[in-house]
Amino acid sequence: MDYTLKYLPLVILLVPMFSFLLLAFFGNKLPRKGDFIAVSLLFINLALSLIVFFAFAQTGKYSYTVDWFNLGKGNLNFTAGFVIDELSSIMLIVVNAISAFVHLFSVKYMEGDAKYKKYFSYLGLFTFSMLGLVLTNNVLLMYVFWELVGVSSYLLIGFWYEKPAPQEAAKKAFIVNRVGDVGFFLGIMIIFLTLGTFTFTDIFAGIEAGKLQGGLLTAAGILLFCGAIGKSAQFPLHVWLPDAMEGPTPVSALIHAATMVAAGVYLTARIFVMLSADALTFVTFIGAITAFISATIAITQNDIKKVLAYSTISQLGYMIMAIGVGAMSFGMFHLVTHAFFKACLFLTAGSVIFGMHHVQDIREMGGLRKKMPITYWTFLIATFALCGVPFTSGFLSKDSILAATMAFANINGGITYIIPIIGFSVAGMTAFYMFRLLIIAFLGEPRNKEKYDHCHESPIQMTLPLIILAALSTFVVFSFNPIGADSGWIMQMMKTPESLLTGTKGMIYHIVDRAEYTEMLHHAHYPAMFLSLAIAGLGILLAYVFYHWKKVDVEKLTEKIKPLYNFSLNKWYFDELYDATVISFTMAISRLSAWVDNKIVDGVVNGSATVTRWTSFGSGKFDNVVVDGLVNFTGGLVGFFGLIFRKFQTGKIQTYIMFLVFGIIVLYFMFR
Amino acid sequence: MEIGLHHYLIVSAILFGLGLFALISRRNAILILMGIELILNAANINLVAFSHFGGLGVDGQLITIFVIILAVAEAAIALAIVLNLYNHFSTVNVDEANTMKD
Repeated sequence: MDYTLKYLPLVILLVPMFSFLLLAFFGNKLPRKGDFIAVSLLFINLALSLIVFFAFAQTGKYSYTVDWFNLGKGNLNFTAGFVIDELSSIMLIVVNAISAFVHLFSVKYMEGDAKYKKYFSYLGLFTFSMLGLVLTNNVLLMYVFWELVGVSSYLLIGFWYEKPAPQEAAKKAFIVNRVGDVGFFLGIMIIFLTLGTFTFTDIFAGIEAGKLQGGLLTAAGILLFCGAIGKSAQFPLHVWLPDAMEGPTPVSALIHAATMVAAGVYLTARIFVMLSADALTFVTFIGAITAFISATIAITQNDIKKVLAYSTISQLGYMIMAIGVGAMSFGMFHLVTHAFFKACLFLTAGSVIFGMHHVQDIREMGGLRKKMPITYWTFLIATFALCGVPFTSGFLSKDSILAATMAFANINGGITYIIPIIGFSVAGMTAFYMFRLLIIAFLGEPRNKEKYDHCHESPIQMTLPLIILAALSTFVVFSFNPIGADSGWIMQMMKTPESLLTGTKGMIYHIVDRAEYTEMLHHAHYPAMFLSLAIAGLGILLAYVFYHWKKVDVEKLTEKIKPLYNFSLNKWYFDELYDATVISFTMAISRLSAWVDNKIVDGVVNGSATVTRWTSFGSGKFDNVVVDGLVNFTGGLVGFFGLIFRKFQTGKIQTYIMFLVFGIIVLYFMFR
Repeated sequence: MEIGLHHYLIVSAILFGLGLFALISRRNAILILMGIELILNAANINLVAFSHFGGLGVDGQLITIFVIILAVAEAAIALAIVLNLYNHFSTVNVDEANTMKD
């Protein structure tokens, strides 16, 4: 069993890499461009991760570390390693399962695409990076895989780079993520400077020993969380995720619903025990704000993928909020359930888009229930899960989170009651916008007759993953008790660890110990459940009243609350706000530096060139006139004297003798 | 009037001056040779005079005899050159024998 845990995770990590390399280099030579290899490798990987999971369930936590490299005189040791614990073993299954289903789904969805081979190899690269991120026990390695995930997501978002919109979206996603990553890296540096290690267990041991505390600890926690803000599309860096919907729809299911965006939540869960009270407050409020903002935006969107994208951001906000309020295991639970039902939703959206021949606007749809029954039913189940209808997995995880927020508010009181209020209102909005989407797209009469007539149900390769994912969205997968997850395997396995800072107080936050928290949670469970059921029911009812029975004229209502409607439709003007502030500021700075470059730097360069030119002109003149003049003068002088003296050189000896005689006579008189 | 050294030296100097003048001013090669003979003989007079008045025995006369012999040899060779000059240029004017100049 020891060997299973020692080597199998590495095999699991490297299988998608192998798939990537194989397809990238030999894809064109393989039959069907090697897609069947990629798909079957991923299903094998899924089986392997199940084996790892069961091995872990038997033997417990396993960590394996090797020396990576040393810097300096051996006092800076970097290690590499992986850890198999409840977080990573469950994440392994989630990542591999979603990736495998997405691979299978993509075979039909991407059929005939010019870059078919490239698509599958990118999927392999992405799965590799995501698995590495999940497995590592080392924050530096995590950062490496974190960036790899960013790169592969960039490649996949910009997959159709011939069109301008995917290019822009890919760039935006990459740059916005970079902003968060700067914070992540600063956090890593704080940790390394104070604790001298990257390994999670050593970091936690160091913090427990009090080597890093107070404001610096809070700063480190918040900075590390900044990475999660970028990757998990939290406010204020959530703007990239809706644009990332420009990628192929299965990619949206894999990356922007189930795995990549979960990386931030996973990171926050990993570092949960070291987050100080103030850092947790920050996390909680960021999550709550994100959940609220994106839920309000999702209500008015008309693109089927945009609605799902904003609902994803909203649910990610839920997870972050759950970790923030101290219910880390609930956050992770919601991450797992959400991964399945949101992947299902995105794939059904993909199925709809495929069936409708690339129509994404829900106003063009309608009545699809009859044409695409399997898609409709799977979509319905996943929607139930997202809305938190009983007997679904989403009900279990969402109720746990809402109960946790109530318990949190009961402990801390005061302003913190805003957190459960936001939580419940978001639950209501979620139910409303999901059923709005469902009713407009699938029920009622077809709005576009021509499109409707050409619409068809998707082939088995696409519907099979939908059915499996819908089945995974039911309560039995996680707990046999439909109204409480506490007895289910996942909650039994994944307990929220005791925070290292239990008992400390922040500005408005008090980290209580687990026992007290569980007690409060217990009290909050049933009220939260009934309240959320009521609110979700209300949301669904309203959606039916508005869009199905049409008791209220939506158009008129929209006219009445036009400013609010526009505010939501335009996504709270975040893009405009960033355009007006950050981007124009950056542009202004770049213009300024361009001006400095053009005028000042170039001016200096040109000036020095001019000076050089003038100097060389002067020295040229000096050379030509003075030096050459001197030389010529010398030559001329010599020539002049030569002209004179050559007269004496007659060649006649008698003349010479005469000069000699005269010379002697002169000398005689001189020296007499 | 006693004839002393001075007289000899004056005669010798006049002879030397005439010889030198002939050497410088004549263009005829033979006349130049004659000038050289005059200079040599002026020197001979000096030698004999110094020998006689300086009490040096017959050293001066001996050297004079050698000089005369050398002058004869020199005259023979010089006349041979002048003869060749005449054969070549059909003149004994030394100014016209200037083909080495250009």
